[in-house]
Amino acid sequence: MSQLVAKLRRIWGDDVLGLLAFLLVVIIGFSWATPRFLSAANFNSMAFQLPVLGILTLAMLAPIISGGLNLAIIFTANISGLTLAAILNHYGGVDAPFSAFVLGVGAALAVGAFFGFVMGVVIAYVGAHPILVSLAMMIFLRGLGEFLTRGGDISGFPDYLQPIGHGFVMGVPVPLLVFGAVALGMHVLLSHTRHGFSVYMIGSNIEATRYSGVHTQRTLTLIYTISGLLCAIAGILMLTRFNSVRVGHGEALLLVTVLACFLGGVDPFGGFGRVVPVVLALVILQVLSSGLNLLGANQHLSTAVWGLFLIAVMIMRFAIGRLRAQLARRRN
Amino acid sequence: MVKAFLRNYPTEARLLAVLVVGCIGLSLASDSFLTLVNLTSLLNNSAVNLIWAVGLLVVLIAGGIDISFAVAASVVQYVAVYVFQALGGGNWALGFVVAGGLGIGLGFINAALIHYFRIITIVVTIATFNAFFGLLMFFSKGRFLYNLPDWWVDRIIIFEHETANGTWAELTLPVAVMAACLLATWALINRTTLGRQLFAFGDNPEGARRLGINIALMQFLAFGWMGMMAGIGGLMQVNIVQEVVPNALIGRELDVLAAVVLGGARLGGGRGSVLGCVLGVMIVAVTQNGLNLLGVSPFAFKMVVGAIILIAISASNLSFVRRPRLPVGGWK
Repeated sequence: MSQLVAKLRRIWGDDVLGLLAFLLVVIIGFSWATPRFLSAANFNSMAFQLPVLGILTLAMLAPIISGGLNLAIIFTANISGLTLAAILNHYGGVDAPFSAFVLGVGAALAVGAFFGFVMGVVIAYVGAHPILVSLAMMIFLRGLGEFLTRGGDISGFPDYLQPIGHGFVMGVPVPLLVFGAVALGMHVLLSHTRHGFSVYMIGSNIEATRYSGVHTQRTLTLIYTISGLLCAIAGILMLTRFNSVRVGHGEALLLVTVLACFLGGVDPFGGFGRVVPVVLALVILQVLSSGLNLLGANQHLSTAVWGLFLIAVMIMRFAIGRLRAQLARRRN
Repeated sequence: MVKAFLRNYPTEARLLAVLVVGCIGLSLASDSFLTLVNLTSLLNNSAVNLIWAVGLLVVLIAGGIDISFAVAASVVQYVAVYVFQALGGGNWALGFVVAGGLGIGLGFINAALIHYFRIITIVVTIATFNAFFGLLMFFSKGRFLYNLPDWWVDRIIIFEHETANGTWAELTLPVAVMAACLLATWALINRTTLGRQLFAFGDNPEGARRLGINIALMQFLAFGWMGMMAGIGGLMQVNIVQEVVPNALIGRELDVLAAVVLGGARLGGGRGSVLGCVLGVMIVAVTQNGLNLLGVSPFAFKMVVGAIILIAISASNLSFVRRPRLPVGGWK
């Protein structure tokens, strides 16, 4: 048994095991509190809610690992969704042919990547702080979206979008499949490619990375371009799920993505963080959110709980770090 | 003297030039821009933002960032209503003490989390932003409060002048309070030892610590000052709008943050001035006012402001002197 634990620890690391234990506690707690928690309906709704938040969190992940932040993710997703909606409406709305959808998805991905690229260029080549650049981009994109839609909803999409937002393939919800693919892609990108390695190095020490011959500016640009691309995927998923686009949809998710990253063990100063624990953290947050919802918690109370939870997670990480340092000192 | 100003305050000089050119352009384009009525209303409308801006300036100088202050101001407003009721009405002197005191208390929560648990400031304030807002909305149930003490909502006019066509140009109490806040902040950061220590701490926390500067004091001073300004700004906001709406101020923090950074304060600490702060806020205010007078759709305001901030951040980071493209050691 202890051998098995040791082996698991070696493969996954302490953080994953800790999160798994925490997840188990949360699940047991909720299934004890409400019988509706362990139902197929609840799991179904969780499986459909998780992907949008998950992809947005992955869009936030690489910028944080590189020592920055991307505050514009929600509005990049909104603007990308808006692009798809505009193209679908242009080709007849409800009657738009499938080719219009393909064109729209291409355009949405291009728009998301474009705004990410602009942010990346300003951050990398001008040297402005990522928080500022993405903040300004967020204000700009929100303004652009409100200007284009006059603050209203855009809806009326063809029926063949239904399966993408609500359908199953072999019993697995389609959005979950998309999320799985994106998460796998990010995992491979971050841990098995040159680019991924440079991301971690930049987060640890950007100057040293530059002096070791890494083209830090190109890497930074790519980080934010990919982040924008992921936002676009999330935006498209949001469109198919809600069957409408509104600028500001999902605004509250911004904090939750940051929360998921830190709960998943990402270093707020950059340099450390992995996809697998972050995905686990996402599952925990989704379970918490659905559970609170089933218990009838007020929406604003949940907002407060998120905030307090984030503080609790950070305090716990501080305490664990201090404990480890003490143990190490005693051993020496 | 002009030469010394240009040499010592290059950012401020550039902003002043932009503001002057903008004002000249607007006065040529619109008859109603350069009138006493418009200019006084511009000041009245910017007073609260300016009060918050100088509070945020102190936090930025100390190397932090605060997202939570606008929501904190809402909390202060709401709690203050009940405190005044309990005190049997209250008056202006009590008002400043209560609002300032409550604000300082909320600021200290941020400072304590940052200092004692070594959590990065943006994460703490994102968390407290959500905790404050969620708890406020939960306990207030989103109710508006209209039944406020008379002294609080009475308009106090400190300057008035009847123009030729019979309309009144007037400055109200918030402008006077704003002036006092600017002066106090200027004195704090330029004329006291504590203020100079704030710059040192923001520029290099570890260096400051080794010099014997009290780090805890710096954090509590910066966030306490921010909290006090948040509370006073909230008090003034109620004086202007004559009601307390729990979710009225949410979102303002990003506009103020963008304006302060536009004014030359640096994320990462150690740089910033009250003059730059004022110029940053006024450039944004004049832009919105000008767009309004020129008959541009209000939906486009945010977009234009976002674009201006993005351009300004890029421009102020671009230097025509050769230097390393990225700040040494990243942005931290």
